[in-house]
Amino acid sequence: MIEIKDLHKSYKMGSNSLHVLKGINFSVEEGELVAIMGSSGSGKSTLLNILGMLDEANSGEYTLDGVPIKDLNETKAAKYRNKFLGFVFQSFNLINYKNAMENVALPLYYQKMGRKERQEKALKYLGQVGLTEWATHLPNELSGGQKQRVAIARAMAAEPKVLLADEPTGALDSKTSYEVMDLIQKINDQGNTILVVTHEEDIAHMCKRIVHLKDGIIVKDEKVKQVRASEYV
Amino acid sequence: MRLLFDRNTWQEIFGSIGKNKVRTIITIVGVLWGIFIYIALSGAAKGMDNGFESMFESIARNSMFVWAQSTSIPHEGFKTGRQLQLKLEDAAMMENRIPELQYIAPRNVKGFFGSEPAIIGRKNKSGSYPVFGDFPVFTKIAPKKIYDGGRFINDEDIDQARKVAVIGERTQQELFEKDEDPIGGYIKIDDVYFQVIGVHKFDPSGGFGGDGDIFIPFATYKKLYNTGDNVGWFSIAAHDDVDVVKVEDNIKALLRNIHRVHPDDERAFGSFNLGEAFNRIIGFSKGITFLSLIVGIATILAGVIGIGNILLISVKERTKELGVRRALGATPREVRSQIILESVFLTMIAGIMGIILGAATLKLINSFTQDIDFPYTNPTVPIPYVLGALAIMVILGTLIGLIPAQRAVSIKPIDALREE
Ligand SMILES: Nc1ncnc2c1ncn2[C@@H]1O[C@H](COP(=O)(O)OP(=O)(O)OP(=O)(O)O)[C@@H](O)[C@H]1O
Ligand SMILES: [Mg+2]
Repeated sequence: MIEIKDLHKSYKMGSNSLHVLKGINFSVEEGELVAIMGSSGSGKSTLLNILGMLDEANSGEYTLDGVPIKDLNETKAAKYRNKFLGFVFQSFNLINYKNAMENVALPLYYQKMGRKERQEKALKYLGQVGLTEWATHLPNELSGGQKQRVAIARAMAAEPKVLLADEPTGALDSKTSYEVMDLIQKINDQGNTILVVTHEEDIAHMCKRIVHLKDGIIVKDEKVKQVRASEYV
Repeated sequence: MRLLFDRNTWQEIFGSIGKNKVRTIITIVGVLWGIFIYIALSGAAKGMDNGFESMFESIARNSMFVWAQSTSIPHEGFKTGRQLQLKLEDAAMMENRIPELQYIAPRNVKGFFGSEPAIIGRKNKSGSYPVFGDFPVFTKIAPKKIYDGGRFINDEDIDQARKVAVIGERTQQELFEKDEDPIGGYIKIDDVYFQVIGVHKFDPSGGFGGDGDIFIPFATYKKLYNTGDNVGWFSIAAHDDVDVVKVEDNIKALLRNIHRVHPDDERAFGSFNLGEAFNRIIGFSKGITFLSLIVGIATILAGVIGIGNILLISVKERTKELGVRRALGATPREVRSQIILESVFLTMIAGIMGIILGAATLKLINSFTQDIDFPYTNPTVPIPYVLGALAIMVILGTLIGLIPAQRAVSIKPIDALREE
């Protein structure tokens, strides 16, 4: 599903530049649930943003579902993001003046889907995250966990090939974190490919594979026995 | 273009505008005020314009009056202070020498300029009204509306010096019974019987002349009052598009020549130039229209710039939202169009509200000025002006929207998302 070769990324800061990713090689198969771990500043978010085409690498190859991702202009990147990728952010990033359903429907709007169809689909995905009754509530009327579930529903509504989650539980307490991980596991059970950035061990072990990042390179890449989040809920 | 007609686009825009109510209202007020000023001012100017126009409807615009006074410079052995008298043959001379003239109507009157009005009698009723001796050509200069069944003086009346008269509405009311047809009836003008051939309609919207004026053929007047070839004054209309001031000068120069008056004797002949007065008034109201256009457009411009400013702030505030939208697949084009359309839409809403408010105000003004004697009629803003204003607003809205729109996409989505 994902294949990257010798990926480099550095940030220019005035006259000197900060080399963040120093040759990343890895691949993800369809249906995998991968945790990306590493200490703060190790480049986890940077990697995920490049995979999400929100940012561009300086060099290296990136293939997504057989499509080589290169020479991206912003329009092309936007289309790929819309078609291939779903994002879940640590700070939820819901649009505060849209209710839960409208938030979920937003990526479908950019797919040029009709309004009715959009709403139906949004409701279906809200149902899957257990928030049907909250469809007409604004984000500020929802708890953190509920917000993150809306965000996951939004990411899934566009039926992406890969779901990218940057510390999806970073702003949540452990109980809510497990609820969110339970949801992510269920989505993965349906065959979706998911990458989760985290620095919490327990969260990482709820994935099927852990990739350790340190100083811009992969230091360890291991398959783990998945812990079901439902056991804790 | 397809984007414009997509319901989804508009739902997004309504969503964003409707959910940011304070911003929307503040934005709208500026432009609304601008267009309101524009509509109200230019409509009021138009109303004044219309008012002056209708004042001049009853008389040719390029017309003037010329009369004789007395000399103020001795010339060719004549002493100063010689009383001058216009003659019928002056008309022919003017017609020959001054090609700019279209119509010349020699006129006489009893009842004005110090002379006693004629006594008009019928059966046991009587009254006094001014009596004019006129040629048919007079109606070319100052059109008279004659009630059905009647007519104005014609050439045969002149040739045969017929004793016929055109009377005014008031005269009819005062001398005839309500159900009586005045046409064909007889009235006595200073003890001579005249047959009524027409009743002229009085135009209350301004203009010249009264509702008691009586017109008789020039030739008949001459016999009745023994005036010979004397002419009280000339009513003259010049062709369109001539310099009326120059024509006026030419006429007076010619008259001085004919009547052997010193060429520099400005006081010998008097004149009143309606054309010039008219032009001055029209110029004045044109100036007001132009001024209101400038003020209106400047205010609209200020309002639209205000919209641009607020949108720019709101784009900054919405950096993160726009970043999220782009992460979810909004192309730069879609982001840009959304912001431009928001700008245009806000401008239009404000504009239309302003137009409605302005029109209502004009209606109000109109109903207040209906009964007062002020040249102010039908204060409307011509549709092309309104459409023009709307077009200007769409264009300005688009242009001003471009700035925040460009700003919104100039920042990378990842940086937009990182924004707190
Ligand atoms: N836009 C940027 N400009 C400059 N430097 C940046 C930028 N983004 C990230 N960095 C730097 O790159 C390095 C890696 O950042 P990154 O966000 O990928 O770390 P991370 O592994 O996600 O850390 P955390 O666990 O704290 O989120 C850090 O040193 C950070 O300061
Ligand atoms: Mg990070």
